[in-house]
Amino acid sequence: MKKFIAAYRNRFSKTTRQNTLTFGMVIFAYLFVEAVLRTGNMSSLLQGLLVPLCIYAILAVSLNLTVGILGELSLGHAGFMCVGAFTGSFFSVCTAGTMPNLLRFIIALLIGTLSAAFFGFIIGIPVLRLQGDYLAIVTLAFGEIIKNLVNVLYIGRDESGFHFSLKDTMSLNMNGGEVIVNGPQGISGTPKDSNFTIGIILLIITLIIVLNLIHSRTGRAVMAIRDNRIAAESVGINITKYKLLAFSISAGLAGLAGVIYAHNLATLTALPKNFGYNMSIIILVFVVLGGIGNIRGSVIAAVVLTLLPELLRGLNDYRMLIYSIVLIVMMLINWSPKLVMYKEVLLNKIPFIAKRRKEEE
Amino acid sequence: MALLEIKDLGISFGGLKAVDDFNVEIEKGELYGLIGPNGAGKTTVFNLLTGVYKPDSGTIKLDGRDITGLKTAYVSKCGIARTFQNIRLFKKLSVLDNVKVGLHNRFEYSTATGILRLPKYYRTESEMDDEAFELLKVFGLDGYASHLAQNLPYGKQRKLEIARALATKPILLLLDEPAAGMNPNETVELMETIRFVREQFDMTILLIEHDMRLVSGICEKLTVMNFGQVLTFGNTDEVLNDPQVITAYLGE
Repeated sequence: MKKFIAAYRNRFSKTTRQNTLTFGMVIFAYLFVEAVLRTGNMSSLLQGLLVPLCIYAILAVSLNLTVGILGELSLGHAGFMCVGAFTGSFFSVCTAGTMPNLLRFIIALLIGTLSAAFFGFIIGIPVLRLQGDYLAIVTLAFGEIIKNLVNVLYIGRDESGFHFSLKDTMSLNMNGGEVIVNGPQGISGTPKDSNFTIGIILLIITLIIVLNLIHSRTGRAVMAIRDNRIAAESVGINITKYKLLAFSISAGLAGLAGVIYAHNLATLTALPKNFGYNMSIIILVFVVLGGIGNIRGSVIAAVVLTLLPELLRGLNDYRMLIYSIVLIVMMLINWSPKLVMYKEVLLNKIPFIAKRRKEEE
Repeated sequence: MALLEIKDLGISFGGLKAVDDFNVEIEKGELYGLIGPNGAGKTTVFNLLTGVYKPDSGTIKLDGRDITGLKTAYVSKCGIARTFQNIRLFKKLSVLDNVKVGLHNRFEYSTATGILRLPKYYRTESEMDDEAFELLKVFGLDGYASHLAQNLPYGKQRKLEIARALATKPILLLLDEPAAGMNPNETVELMETIRFVREQFDMTILLIEHDMRLVSGICEKLTVMNFGQVLTFGNTDEVLNDPQVITAYLGE
């Protein structure tokens, strides 16, 4: 038994330790923020940022699954978020008052996640069979199309059931009832179920799903495809199946973030600002600067890069200048070979890290 | 009945007949060599065997089963494993994980089991670890288990590729120029490894090679290809002394 445990520790210690560090970091951040909140030391501006921070972190982690682990580029992650936000919000508005709030929110989360995953699956079926940058092109188009589609979508409800139109509210032909999705005005009256605690819980669930996936048989197959498609095929891995699986999970988690987003606002509209191309690129920036394939890095980058513009607000005109300098510096630290090497040297000078690394050798 | 039976295999790319009327029969337990000058179509034969290309004509039978034109992943499930001329490892994965990817179809649990970390996950993973470590030990790589595959020296990368191929538990192993880029010492070591693999795993091996020392040292039978066709075949000694073969390699 003792031998078994020793062997177990030997083999799994590194990943286990890394994962513990990631979860510890999130939980510590949560406790710290709660403490500051409870003592009333946080500005309302920062308080308003807490839920978006969780949303961005979830988005960054989910995109990292596509970019870092699967090795494909997705430029339409905001599109999947949009799908999740509208389906989840639609469900919540329809069923408000008919069931307990928490139960309704959980079902809304599931619906948003599954419908986004479904869209990911549908897009993936033709595109992931191809090699090359096709996924980037198709997801880019998807993100723009879904946003415009939602802007002309009208859904209403009266006694006779649901009415649907792509023209305007008049053509819904309703007698009485209410319009739930009102074209460019979106969905209003979504219950405000999201809060910081729920955001953190869902972030942790996302991290559990992604990290456990990576360190399982499925994750190994996905990473094998990323590293060498031909070799992965030659050992009997079904390429399309695993690519689809990973991409659907990634899209689903983006949908999850969308549901939280929708339940954090009174009115949900599909604007270029929240679900547009820029949003997809911002998520990609988190992933690239946090380190492609580095899940913990994604969380850190999402938090730092969301907080930074707000914290620099005092500098007025100079704040975007500093933001861009920070982007460049982070890029250098993470990607320049010389700086990466220098970082390693510095880390090895810290006694306990050096000792641990020696043991692993 | 032969383990591998290839009959009248042919494929052309555009107007070029890369492989034409290719025949070979390999008995179980044989160490068979496929040689020929550059561009003779040797690797194309491998690619046809493993389903990378679909043949225009001919049949491939493995252990009596027709595997002509099957997809690569299914060919692997039928029992053919291969290595590549230019090493194709999963570079960013650890040495251990490289072998565990090879075990993919032999130890199964669902994605949900992996995400939820059900008991079956721990059980299967520890079985996979044991199996993978055993294979690594055979090739003297167990000390490198946690290293990234891309950090291994060249010779060890070659060995890891063979270990990964063996992890799929094949009945036929295809080695595409295993000695390419190796110095004489490494080649000798590789010859011993191949011999050892054959005895330890009771394996049938088909290999492509340019290094004549390796070919004459370990292969029992040879087929010589030139311009996509079979030039001659038979026992190694006879083939290598055949004037036709000498002409094909050295010219008139």
